[in-house]
Amino acid sequence: MEKYMFIFLGGDPSHLSPDAQQAHMQKWFDWVQKLTDEKRYVGGEALLPGGKTITGPKKVVTDGPFAESKEVVAGYFVVLAKSLDEAVDIAKQCPDYGLNGIVEVREVMKFDNP
Amino acid sequence: MFEQQVNNLVGHLFRHEAGKMASVLTRLLGFNALDAAEDIVQDTLLQAMSTWKFKGIPENPSAWLYSVAKRKAIDAIRQHKIHEQHHSKINLALKSEWTLAPTVNNLFLENEIEDAQLRMIYACCHPSIPYESQLALTLKTLCGLSIAEIANSFLTNEETITKRLYRAREKIRIENITLEAPVPDHLPGRLDAVLHSLYLLFNEGYNSSHPDQLIRHDLCEEAMRLCLLLVNHHLTSAPKTKALLALMCFQASRSEARLREDGAVILLKDQDRSRWIRPLIERGKMYLEKAAEGDDISEYHIEAAIAGSHARAASFAETDWNQILQLYTVLVQIKPSPIVELNMAIAAGYAISPSAGLEALNKIENLQDHYLYHSALGDFYAELGNTERAGLSYHRAMTLTQSKAEKNLLQTKLSNITKIN
Repeated sequence: MEKYMFIFLGGDPSHLSPDAQQAHMQKWFDWVQKLTDEKRYVGGEALLPGGKTITGPKKVVTDGPFAESKEVVAGYFVVLAKSLDEAVDIAKQCPDYGLNGIVEVREVMKFDNP
Repeated sequence: MFEQQVNNLVGHLFRHEAGKMASVLTRLLGFNALDAAEDIVQDTLLQAMSTWKFKGIPENPSAWLYSVAKRKAIDAIRQHKIHEQHHSKINLALKSEWTLAPTVNNLFLENEIEDAQLRMIYACCHPSIPYESQLALTLKTLCGLSIAEIANSFLTNEETITKRLYRAREKIRIENITLEAPVPDHLPGRLDAVLHSLYLLFNEGYNSSHPDQLIRHDLCEEAMRLCLLLVNHHLTSAPKTKALLALMCFQASRSEARLREDGAVILLKDQDRSRWIRPLIERGKMYLEKAAEGDDISEYHIEAAIAGSHARAASFAETDWNQILQLYTVLVQIKPSPIVELNMAIAAGYAISPSAGLEALNKIENLQDHYLYHSALGDFYAELGNTERAGLSYHRAMTLTQSKAEKNLLQTKLSNITKIN
């Protein structure tokens, strides 16, 4: 099994009612539970919006990520999968597509076996 | 490794906490800053969503939400985003950095949250706000329903609900309605208005005008939740408040047994009484007993007693129709209305005879446009073997209701009388 990182971008639930927001979040809980039960789930973090970006040799600091709001990284998971194809299939279970969410799937590089 | 202790939040946690936080924040920022309060609530829920979905549910979800809401409220006050003019003690305390955070913290204590909700109920049910706007405002701010959800509950469009909310806010502004608790002298009168709003909210849920859903459980639940809040608070825990809660408990106990799985109505006489929710009936009895303290007898006492009488009968045949008829005779004096007369006539039909019921029905005026009136007429005609008139009445009733479940029920009644022929 290899490690894959799912990077979650966008996915705006602000138009939903509190009830619908809770129902949507429940889908995430169920998904994480499923991945945990399948012994695939390694970890994950959420990122707060905002932050700073540092660029160039002069280390210019600007507010927030440059990306448009729909491209802002909301968080990531690390999951185990046999192949990129399998990882993609798993990533398709993400509940955010209906909210215009995007998932980037990347394999984590291994250094122990060059 | 990620380990989730709990995978499920309490049902409607977000919705209920949204209502609580909106009440507290509005008390903090002033009723005119309702929008700012709702924005903070929305931001808080979004932050919870984006964090919890990755990290799981915190040990105490409500406390988590409150600490985020507090921080956002303090930020908003510091940045002078809120230009509130209300001259309360709270407002003074917010002006000093020394007292700002403690004041905000205090308002999020459990008893203060209840107090804030109570003030909000009083404000939302202010007599100068039109009734339809009262209900929309209550559902939006206190119950955390979205405009679309409210529109769906009342079988109308979002634009109409937006207008009703706008009217409510205009009234709040013009009449300068505040979240200060009414002075004790005004309390009893205001309580009547509040109870009436909750009564209507419950009825809207229990006998919804919605074509696909006869019972809107969420509306009934919200009405009961708010009524319970009033019962538990010393200022509002009057006998009539307890009587209203008793009535709601008795009615709600039958909600499951009232509908078939396909949504068709099951009449009281055909209901499987083992499906009545016993704990709710017991609750109803308890609140009705408590409501008997004092000399005050309200319409809610009588209606609860009627509902309780039905709940106590082990079968339809064992219903004490004489007692129910007597109770209606009292009710029609306290709250004269054609609908009460209609129910009294039906009770008379069972307690005395179908022809007595029919006679009483024919005396009622101003109910020619109500489907229940024609449905009851049809029942008595059918009982007396007059299938022709029964058929006419059922047809008339069908043209007067929107509800598919009610239409189907009338259709069944129609086919039953033609079978007899």
